[in-house]
Amino acid sequence: MSYFSSGAWWWPYLFILVAGFAATDIWRFLGVYLGGKLSEDSDLLVLVRTMATALVAAVIGNLIVFPGGALAHTSFGLRIAAAALGFVAYLVSGKRMVVGIATAEFLLLAGLYLNF
Amino acid sequence: MERRCAAFGAVASYGRACYGRHMSTWISDATAPRSTWFLGGVRAAFSLPGLILISSFIGFAALAKGAGVTVVQAAFMTATVWALPSMVVLVGAIASGAALPAAMFAVTLSAIRLMPMVMALAPEMRAGKTRQGVLYLLAHFVAVTSWVLAMERLKRVPPHMRTTYYAGLGGTLVTTNVIVVTVVYAVADALPSAVSAALLMLTPMYFLTSLWGSARERAGHVATVLGLVLGPVFHIVLPQIDLLVAGLIGGTVAYGLHLRRRKVRVA
Repeated sequence: MSYFSSGAWWWPYLFILVAGFAATDIWRFLGVYLGGKLSEDSDLLVLVRTMATALVAAVIGNLIVFPGGALAHTSFGLRIAAAALGFVAYLVSGKRMVVGIATAEFLLLAGLYLNF
Repeated sequence: MERRCAAFGAVASYGRACYGRHMSTWISDATAPRSTWFLGGVRAAFSLPGLILISSFIGFAALAKGAGVTVVQAAFMTATVWALPSMVVLVGAIASGAALPAAMFAVTLSAIRLMPMVMALAPEMRAGKTRQGVLYLLAHFVAVTSWVLAMERLKRVPPHMRTTYYAGLGGTLVTTNVIVVTVVYAVADALPSAVSAALLMLTPMYFLTSLWGSARERAGHVATVLGLVLGPVFHIVLPQIDLLVAGLIGGTVAYGLHLRRRKVRVA
């Protein structure tokens, strides 16, 4: 049963509630319940964090390598260069998010303007 | 993410703010009414991290529209899920035609990180008479941005006003971004393609920098790099479950290296 497989108006909302709301809030509720009971540096939590981090990083990789919408019409090399140099700018600037994001955006727009 | 603490000239990470200075500040404000603290939380939502978050939700609106999610569904998703990485995973699963259980599994895995975040934040907000139910309600607002802001600023709020402050902060962030998603969705088609492309670039860059900055241990950085590479690789090899596989393999390898480094250090 995929998101678009049913004609019923409520199906997408149920899909969001089950696959989105329940899937995220279960962890928030567990966090309140366990708050203070489990050590933050326990090995289990480190594993949980690295898996979650790798998964979100995989999302980032896909958004840059296989983007949708208007970004899909830009060249692969331009996207990689903009993201990589933006990340370098973020590191060099002492982990300033704004610098990293602004650099990547500037390079992407400059590249589009120059028809890369 | 580091921030200079003016009072002591020391560099303190987010979440470990300068106790001495903040203690003295909130004691003097302890008599302020509840509404003052609620509005303080509202104001905190319009800070730099809050503005970066808005720009990322602009990107999300474009993403959701591209995947065929309607404007009402996108707004509903923003309010009910309220964790941008999980929402992007969900939209990704929707776009790839994943079945409900597969989508739920991927989102569940992506949201695990919320648990340790809440575990760290909840004790900060618990004060004397704070009811457990209030904490469960407020936990819904926990996502990267509100968490970073709260860990940094709650120290300056009197303990019995912290839930009020966080309600103002979290409530404003959610409400603002539901509006942002709705408005951007409506105007997305009218934008020049270069602007749309730039909007779609906001989300990955915001995630990349905030993920890197919030990593607690080196393993987090290893996991980020592995995920960045494995995501696209498995997108080609196993398109239906690419995120899950990349997360499980990348996370396990990063954890293995973490254990080995520790063993080497101990030996």
